[in-house]
Amino acid sequence: MSSGVLAAEFAMSTEAVERTVAAAACSCTHCGLPVPAGLAEDGADEQFCCGACRIAYGAINACGLGRYYALRDAAGVDAERAKGTGRKYAEFDDDAFAALYVKERADGLCTAELFIEGMHCIACVWLLEKLPELCPGAVECRVELGRSMVRVVWDRDAVSLSDVATWIDRLGYVPHPARDGAARKARREADRRALVRIGVAGANAGNAMLLAIAVYTERFNGMEPEFKFLFRACGMALAVLSISWPGRVFFKGALAAIRTRTGHLDLPIAIALGIGAVAGTVNVVLGIGEVYFDALTMLVFLLLVGRWVQRRRQEAATDSIELLYSITPMRARLVVGDDTREVAVESLDAGAVVEVLAGESVPADGVVVRGRSSVDVSVLTGESRPVDVGTGDEVCAGSVNMSGVLRVRVEATGAETRVGRLMSMVEESARRRAPIVTAADKIAGWFVWVVGSIALATFAVWLVIDAGHAVEPVVALLIVTCPCALGLATPMAVTAAVGRAARQGILIKGGDVLERLNKPGVVLLDKTGTLTEGRFGLVRWVGDEGVGPMVGALERQVAHPIAVALRELAEGDDLVASDVESRVGSGVVGVVSGRRVAVGSERFVASVATSGAERFAGVVREARESGLTAVLASVDGRVSGVAVLGDPLRSDAKDAVSRLKGMGYRVRIVSGDDPSVAERVGGALGLASEDCLGGKSPEQKLAIVEEHLEDAAMRSRPVVMVGDGVNDAAALARATVGVAVHGGAEASLSAADVYLQRPGVGPVVELVEGSRRALRVIRRNLAFSLGYNVLTGSLAVLGLMTALLAAVLMPLSSLTVLTMSYRSRTFGQHSDGGRR
Amino acid sequence: MSVMYLVLPLAFVGAGLSVWAFLWAVRGGQFDDLDTPPMRMLLDDEDGVAKKDS
Repeated sequence: MSSGVLAAEFAMSTEAVERTVAAAACSCTHCGLPVPAGLAEDGADEQFCCGACRIAYGAINACGLGRYYALRDAAGVDAERAKGTGRKYAEFDDDAFAALYVKERADGLCTAELFIEGMHCIACVWLLEKLPELCPGAVECRVELGRSMVRVVWDRDAVSLSDVATWIDRLGYVPHPARDGAARKARREADRRALVRIGVAGANAGNAMLLAIAVYTERFNGMEPEFKFLFRACGMALAVLSISWPGRVFFKGALAAIRTRTGHLDLPIAIALGIGAVAGTVNVVLGIGEVYFDALTMLVFLLLVGRWVQRRRQEAATDSIELLYSITPMRARLVVGDDTREVAVESLDAGAVVEVLAGESVPADGVVVRGRSSVDVSVLTGESRPVDVGTGDEVCAGSVNMSGVLRVRVEATGAETRVGRLMSMVEESARRRAPIVTAADKIAGWFVWVVGSIALATFAVWLVIDAGHAVEPVVALLIVTCPCALGLATPMAVTAAVGRAARQGILIKGGDVLERLNKPGVVLLDKTGTLTEGRFGLVRWVGDEGVGPMVGALERQVAHPIAVALRELAEGDDLVASDVESRVGSGVVGVVSGRRVAVGSERFVASVATSGAERFAGVVREARESGLTAVLASVDGRVSGVAVLGDPLRSDAKDAVSRLKGMGYRVRIVSGDDPSVAERVGGALGLASEDCLGGKSPEQKLAIVEEHLEDAAMRSRPVVMVGDGVNDAAALARATVGVAVHGGAEASLSAADVYLQRPGVGPVVELVEGSRRALRVIRRNLAFSLGYNVLTGSLAVLGLMTALLAAVLMPLSSLTVLTMSYRSRTFGQHSDGGRR
Repeated sequence: MSVMYLVLPLAFVGAGLSVWAFLWAVRGGQFDDLDTPPMRMLLDDEDGVAKKDS
């Protein structure tokens, strides 16, 4: 994105900030989300949707960093920025924390790596790297945008890490300690080693090529034998270096393939490298025949580049997902006397009492000892409606506290919790999944045998024809058929496709996912969050003329999920309500256009309205039967309308489902929600009722996946599970392809093969369609490589292959494969269906 | 043509030096992050201009 973004950014200046603020008076100045009516300030230029945004905006401006907003708007990043939490990060100063994450440098300064939630673009890089100017004692803050990490260096005597973290939080980002530092370090080391190999192989290939060209000119101009030997010997030295250092990986791979008796592309590559090097060395020493050192070194170089590109691409996906792991709570507010203290979740014991604020997730299984609230347990059960809890009720780790403050007595932690037990089920499921043999490796298996037999036959035939020149064609055959293009065909097509998918917000963890989706199978959709909006919305409105806008106007004054949904009724109207009075848990009354309007539950409206209720009784009953919420409205004491509220279908859901069906997939809903809700959603999507399964527990979901996997008719057809919660994780891990959707829980992310950054089912369709196109590219590449091998192989068998011809054909075939991979359309960039 | 005995080793020394330089850069971590530095470079430029203005 960088160049375009920057060009636009330079063109704009700070007035962009003012312009945005003026244009969207009711969206938050900091995060761009709508501001609740209750918080909007009349006449103020700056509007905030919450305290965290106000603090972040204040901190950024007070430090003269207002340019952040101009940068950000120029970068065109959509809303949903992370907001600071206002936490104090006290646990960052613990000795245990320091031992795990903080390193002391030789010069006495401390350094730590932090994962930063909410970092998106160039503006975030700019803002975070200004940290040392804001926070005295912070020496350096280096952002690594690709991995969403910052490395902070600070002076321990001047400032504590918790202060640094609080500053980051105040700027609107949430810092998390970067877990698993050892794994990341190992990966970085492996990355560097791969680059070193590429560098050495590249230098050797280039120089060997130059020397080979010198030898080729000998054909036209002649050359003294002395110099011909010199060039060939130097080429040999380079090739031996290239094969024995960077090329060693192929021999290692070949050994592993032999040991496990599986076909692997490394095997034919190693054979060709070995034979080519030995035959070439013999020819150099004896001063006879052809040498293939340029082709061999080029082979090593190209194959290494192909692997590196693929590796890099997959790491990018893993990194994005790793950040999400780090976001789950690792801390709890332990109640000590009258105070609370932040502690690590691991240090909690049964019997301890923890406090859970609104918006936080419960750290352990336990019993509520104080407070009332509603709890979102969708992560565990898939049930989208919040559950009300009070003293004495049980709550599970991982559920989110929606409203009040709760105090919970801990009964089980870690692996003992319901979530922990589910996680062990996930591991079990992942282990049982059969690995797939990729197309390239399948081909490699018989490739070795075919080429080997042809080589033997060639040797035998030439022995009869011309015993003196029997070895030459065999060596030529082995080298030119060495699967250079074959080795690049799959990785390149996969890399290009996975990269395109990532740009479309589809993160694919491994290339084999594409191959798993080769045939249409079953798509199992979890209802919550994939098919529906995941929030309250207006499904239906029945009422007298003119009542709708009055209800909407009244609800504009109230900040409540139901009220927000009802505001839609007043869209385009500018009625204003006065004397608004809202009764918690039941409804709202107020005066609109001089008439007294009341909106709320049936009981509430019945208390203020005496007539008219019977007109809407049918609608109310119907709503209740299909799991929806009915809200009544009365005007001047007469019931005049009913709004049916529920979790509405996403606008793209129907289209997506019909496209999946069009491709031959069977679409089923497997939801933890009430069966009536699942059936209503399925019905709206045109699914048969036996394909709408509601009320399924995690164990049942897993069983359904296994049933489909074992279904004889479906054998070797993929079972795609799409879900978001911990309740889906085991099923995700067991399915042929598990797809975790936007906003999913950690468990589902680690279990899934694909993570969708965009909400909805649309990306699932793109994944399936894109995989098909990618597979077509892979097959085309493989067919091309095989065709090339047949051609050059025949030339070699006939004794017509020369080293010069091999040197030209080899890179040419690889280039063709590369071009075909990157020019082909796989993900995005297509407009069929016309949805976007 | 006997100049080859001088030029060839020289060429190899040159190639060896550039390989060594590359390895040094890789091991020093210069290729670890390929996304942020191009942005950072442009931001710092812009920032310097802004400071002069104010």
